[in-house]
Amino acid sequence: MKFSIERGVLLKAVAQAQSVVERRNTIPILANVLIEADGSDVMFRATDLDIEVVDKAPAQVERAGATTVSAVTLHEIVRKLPDGALVTLTDDGAAGRLTVEAGRSNFNLATLPKEDFPVMASSEYSSNFSAPAPVLRRLFDKSKFAISTEETRYYLNGVYMHVADADGGRVLRCVATDGHRLARIDADLPDGAGDMPGVIVPRKTVGELRKLLDDDDAQIAVSVSETKIRFATPAITLTSKVIDGTFPDYTRVIPQGNTRRLEVDAAEFAQAVDRVATVSSERSRAVKLSLEEDKLTLSVNAPDSGAAEEELAVAYGDERLEIGFNAKYLLEIASQVDRENAVFLFNSSGDPTLMREGNDTSAVYVVMPMRV
Amino acid sequence: MPALCRSCLTELNTSSPPRRCPSCGSPRLIAHDELFSLSIAHMDCDAFYASVEKRDNPELAAKPVIIGGGRRGVVSTACYIARIQGVRSAMPMFQALKLCPNAVVIRPRMSAYVEASRAIRAMMDELTPDIEPLSLDEAFMDLSGTARLHGHPPAVMLARLVKRMKDELGLTGSIGLSHNKFLAKIASDLDKPNGFSVIGKAETAAFLHDKPVRLIWGVGQAAQAQLEKAGIQRFSDLLRWERDDLHARFGAMGDRLWHLARGEDRRRVSAHAPIKSISNETTFFEDTSDPELLDGHIWRLAENVADRAKAKGHAGRVVTLKLKRANHTLLTRRLSLRDPTQLADRIYRTARDLFDAAGDQGPYRLIGVGISDLVPADDADRAPDLLDPTAGQRTEAERATDRIRARFGKDAIIKGRALR
Repeated sequence: MKFSIERGVLLKAVAQAQSVVERRNTIPILANVLIEADGSDVMFRATDLDIEVVDKAPAQVERAGATTVSAVTLHEIVRKLPDGALVTLTDDGAAGRLTVEAGRSNFNLATLPKEDFPVMASSEYSSNFSAPAPVLRRLFDKSKFAISTEETRYYLNGVYMHVADADGGRVLRCVATDGHRLARIDADLPDGAGDMPGVIVPRKTVGELRKLLDDDDAQIAVSVSETKIRFATPAITLTSKVIDGTFPDYTRVIPQGNTRRLEVDAAEFAQAVDRVATVSSERSRAVKLSLEEDKLTLSVNAPDSGAAEEELAVAYGDERLEIGFNAKYLLEIASQVDRENAVFLFNSSGDPTLMREGNDTSAVYVVMPMRV
Repeated sequence: MPALCRSCLTELNTSSPPRRCPSCGSPRLIAHDELFSLSIAHMDCDAFYASVEKRDNPELAAKPVIIGGGRRGVVSTACYIARIQGVRSAMPMFQALKLCPNAVVIRPRMSAYVEASRAIRAMMDELTPDIEPLSLDEAFMDLSGTARLHGHPPAVMLARLVKRMKDELGLTGSIGLSHNKFLAKIASDLDKPNGFSVIGKAETAAFLHDKPVRLIWGVGQAAQAQLEKAGIQRFSDLLRWERDDLHARFGAMGDRLWHLARGEDRRRVSAHAPIKSISNETTFFEDTSDPELLDGHIWRLAENVADRAKAKGHAGRVVTLKLKRANHTLLTRRLSLRDPTQLADRIYRTARDLFDAAGDQGPYRLIGVGISDLVPADDADRAPDLLDPTAGQRTEAERATDRIRARFGKDAIIKGRALR
């Protein structure tokens, strides 16, 4: 195998590969990226056995072939090469070495045979549809903060993507929760997605997927089966197993009867929460919200470290209410609001609180209060 | 040289101490240059549980007595007669009975031991307010600055303490007297039972020089193995190490070792040594892998841990499940909670999740449940789980149960699960 490729193109492909390989794996081949040169393209394939990413890049292929080499080492080398350099990769199959040349730099890397590389089995996808990158970006960006990291509840370690019935008809919906807060984000149902099985997309996959979604004009081909999900652009294909578990019935968690309505400028609110939380004890980070007519007082009282208070002018017309929250959770949901005011709907100081942007119900957040 | 008679508490100061007490003739005389200036002591009762049993039942006096639970349990305490035949604390009971088949095995009567311990504690309270109990039967005492108050140096008051324990309670203890906790603890073990040992500043270095590092309280088998790998077996080996190198290799323990090797220990005798964890475990009569049975145990252990946490106003952020398999290999699983807890319900559910997630087949001989990373109860159980809508009701039920128990006794109300 021998081919030449522009440094920037190579860097992008190898960067994607090295972020998928598991740093602490015990199987040497899984640290490697499979490089396959054929025709006018080179494919870079990396896997951690749960996720597989294939990046196709244009190159001048002199001699077709394939080999595997450490993804992290190759990435480090390419990263340090000067911008605009032309990189030539030559595989000496007999010696088990890959030569990387660029200008006056010359590297010689150990390879492992391509036959040892575990290529993810292809599977039958029951549903195939296409969605614009910005739509998927919104679905995952606004929900991923609520993904749980708790391993005993592994079925919460991802975003539940499924088809649901909303007020305006059927929608493509992403839900994530860790038992403390929940995000439910809806998007118009793409053509062909109606019979998609609901799947839990693992946290790592959500992170890798994000790199495919930067281009506003891109259309992402999505394929879903009971066990796998695939996202593809013309250059990159990301295939992932989905979490084998049942996502809890989140609908009963979302309060329907909360009537006490607070409307507040999200940015002002977030800044005020952030300020008063400075004095709260490191771990609980509890902030108290005291509501009376058109006035919100945020306060923290930490016996060990001090106290803080800040008032905000808000729209609120219900009875007085005092309710506590974890400051971090409040900040996270407030930062999801980007166009209009944040609208909070409370019931009592012990019940889940709902937050949305203006009257837009296509993105709702639920947060559990804490005793203060 | 200062000297003291442990029988009649006569204080002497002669150039060469006599072999017997000039006033009562007792040979139980201790003499040491620093005897009347040292003030950090460690008192350790001799075979405490067994001694209480022998005191309460004189028929046992001449028999080997082992305190411990059941055929499957371990030796909690062995009297000195049983120890002669090789029985040791923490030895599996079957092994102890092999060594000492005529031993009288007694199930622990904790209430009797607690009562005896309280009586000893009351006597110690008369000596100093700086008492740090390590368990029911041992404690550190700092008697610095009490000589003027008592009219006698600490050594005399300590000798009087063990004399009173023997005369009034029928229990003996051993005293270690030195200039810090580390050495006092070592000293109390040098002359057991009914002993009194002194390690002065002057001989500290020479005393430690050839001693094995396992003398250090807290250096168990694992740490010993680690040290041995570095070629450290004795205190003299430690002295060859630079402080930075010890730190680099052993972290915080390295710093401590560097000081201890020089006989230095700056820890204070503190009555309020913070509790770091609360845990409870049980050894089964028969190895088991029955999930129903194990579930019942997890609940009872969780409830016991919760009761103790509630009594002290503690809550834990980390819940730990410990399982010992039939082949004695250990399986531990822990989970850090976002919202710490002191509730039996949440400890149980977390431990149960850990058990399910462990995916291990067993069978097991022991199961344990504990909480650690403790916080005040006020900072706990503040944020109910969104996905568990009945959690709030269960919390209310548990608090109500606690109130009923406080009024009508511990068995007034129990969960069906506890009967499994």
